[in-house]
Amino acid sequence: MPKLLTKIGVVETQYEHFGRGLELESGAILEPITIAYETYGKLNADRSNAIVIFHALSGDAHVAGIHSESDAKPGWWDFMVGSGRPFNTDRFFVLCANIIGGCKGSTGPSSINPRKGKPYGLDFPVITIRDMIRAHALLLDILGIERPLCVVGGSMGGMQVLQWAVDYPHRTVVAMPIAATSRLSAQGIAFNEVGRRAIMTDPKWRGGNYSPGDGPDVGLGIARMIGHITYLSEKALQTKFGRRLQNSDRLGYDFRTEFQVESYLHHQGLTFTRRFDANSYLYITKAMDYFDLVAEFDGSLVRAFEKVRGRFLVISFTSDWLYPPPESQAIVKALQANGIEVAYCNMDSPHGHDSFLLDVPGFPELVGGYLSGVADEVIG
Amino acid sequence: MISSVPAKGRVDRADYDVIISLVPQSSKVLDLGCADGELLLRLKREKNCAVSGVEIDKELVLKGIEKGLCVLEADIDQGLKDYPDSSFDVVMLSQTIQITRRPRSVLREMLRVGKMGIVSTPNFGHLNVRFQLGILGKMPKTKDIPYEWHETPNIHMVTINDFRRFCREENIKIEREIFLGNGRRTVHFLPNILARTAIWLLRKDEL
Repeated sequence: MPKLLTKIGVVETQYEHFGRGLELESGAILEPITIAYETYGKLNADRSNAIVIFHALSGDAHVAGIHSESDAKPGWWDFMVGSGRPFNTDRFFVLCANIIGGCKGSTGPSSINPRKGKPYGLDFPVITIRDMIRAHALLLDILGIERPLCVVGGSMGGMQVLQWAVDYPHRTVVAMPIAATSRLSAQGIAFNEVGRRAIMTDPKWRGGNYSPGDGPDVGLGIARMIGHITYLSEKALQTKFGRRLQNSDRLGYDFRTEFQVESYLHHQGLTFTRRFDANSYLYITKAMDYFDLVAEFDGSLVRAFEKVRGRFLVISFTSDWLYPPPESQAIVKALQANGIEVAYCNMDSPHGHDSFLLDVPGFPELVGGYLSGVADEVIG
Repeated sequence: MISSVPAKGRVDRADYDVIISLVPQSSKVLDLGCADGELLLRLKREKNCAVSGVEIDKELVLKGIEKGLCVLEADIDQGLKDYPDSSFDVVMLSQTIQITRRPRSVLREMLRVGKMGIVSTPNFGHLNVRFQLGILGKMPKTKDIPYEWHETPNIHMVTINDFRRFCREENIKIEREIFLGNGRRTVHFLPNILARTAIWLLRKDEL
């Protein structure tokens, strides 16, 4: 069982409640706010050993360990966290908070709207990547962490890392955007919109006012199926499934699920509906679509990074066609132009965008080695 | 595809000691073709330098970053155009210039990005090289250029005299030249025949 591999053991999600509101980029005010988070390892005396992980679209605060002995799987980045692992809990204090807008404990569209006494649904304000990191900053303030040693995340987590570096230069020591981009591409927006359409045209969506347990599962499942294809690669699908059939060795000449790849996607869609809220999916993909670091800098990434401080490790994966390596390379070049210390590797991996979630050979060593080398310098 | 000399790190790199001695304390340094980052690591430890490296071979890039170094995967032949002028105190090309496709543009870029350049190359004018090619009639294979003709990454071999002439033509000022023979012994007499390795300290000539 994979849980046996975890070095963290049983962990509990913690919650921080904020009475005062957060002014969002849209001008709306979100209050009150709850932020769900998990931590691993111990914060040192001068609070300089924090590694803050930002999660991706379907992630949550549960990075590592298990919630109970009966859990079949550990947290989503378990292989990265623990004693002797890249985010070494013997040395570092590791923290991850669920984003606002999410559905895993932080305030989101499925939370109760205090003004109406029922879930927000579409009354929830549209949030942005910047709003997400402002909420993270609120939590770090409460925990007394002024400058985390490292902010790190993949995909949408990488967007948050970049936004953090731009908005909080004085709070950046090491920034590690993985499989990230400085603005979501037209292709990325396009796939997100197909997912949203699938949800919003499901009759059970009911304008966002579905009751818990009776939501637009068909639409959300389809959204996940599409998303999942974009996270993999042609080669990964071919290797894993080929044209193999699921339950037979001959074609059935009907429209039942036949190919293994179909069955796999159905399974992905179905399991996703059990753990994710459809409205959250709408809000989070919208936040990704809106993400454009250069919009307020006349389209210049070099200018966007003018005030950035600290050092960067940028990682992309060769087979990632959703956030392709050239987008990471553009980030590297703009940092170079600003004289920022930047390390970069385009790692060989056949697994597509999802590579950052997998134990790709060399990836944990790269992150761990870099962090420990920098930590030797910075915190001794 | 330009890769740094695979022999890096495997052989005793006498030129590293000389290069380190030429780099000023606490300077900002860029190593082009930094291999596994060993030279950068020494400069960081021994000279308190702020170090960066560029390398094209992924395996070596990983090794450098794993040491906590700021190494980035890129092709120096594609240009260093993203670095601003004079953004480094020293830019180094240790045993790298001979494997670039366009040495001239790499050297020009080096001295645009760096206030000072350090280049080390094997000397193709060395006696042993001349003997193998001139007398034995075979492509030279020595301790410093240990490759068969069909697998060598060294596509732009250069002699000491060639390099001096090149610098004159390019208005590059040679501030110091250090020639090494066997081991760490410096060569002063007939370097173009007796030196195995040449190390050059360069600046743009402000004419």
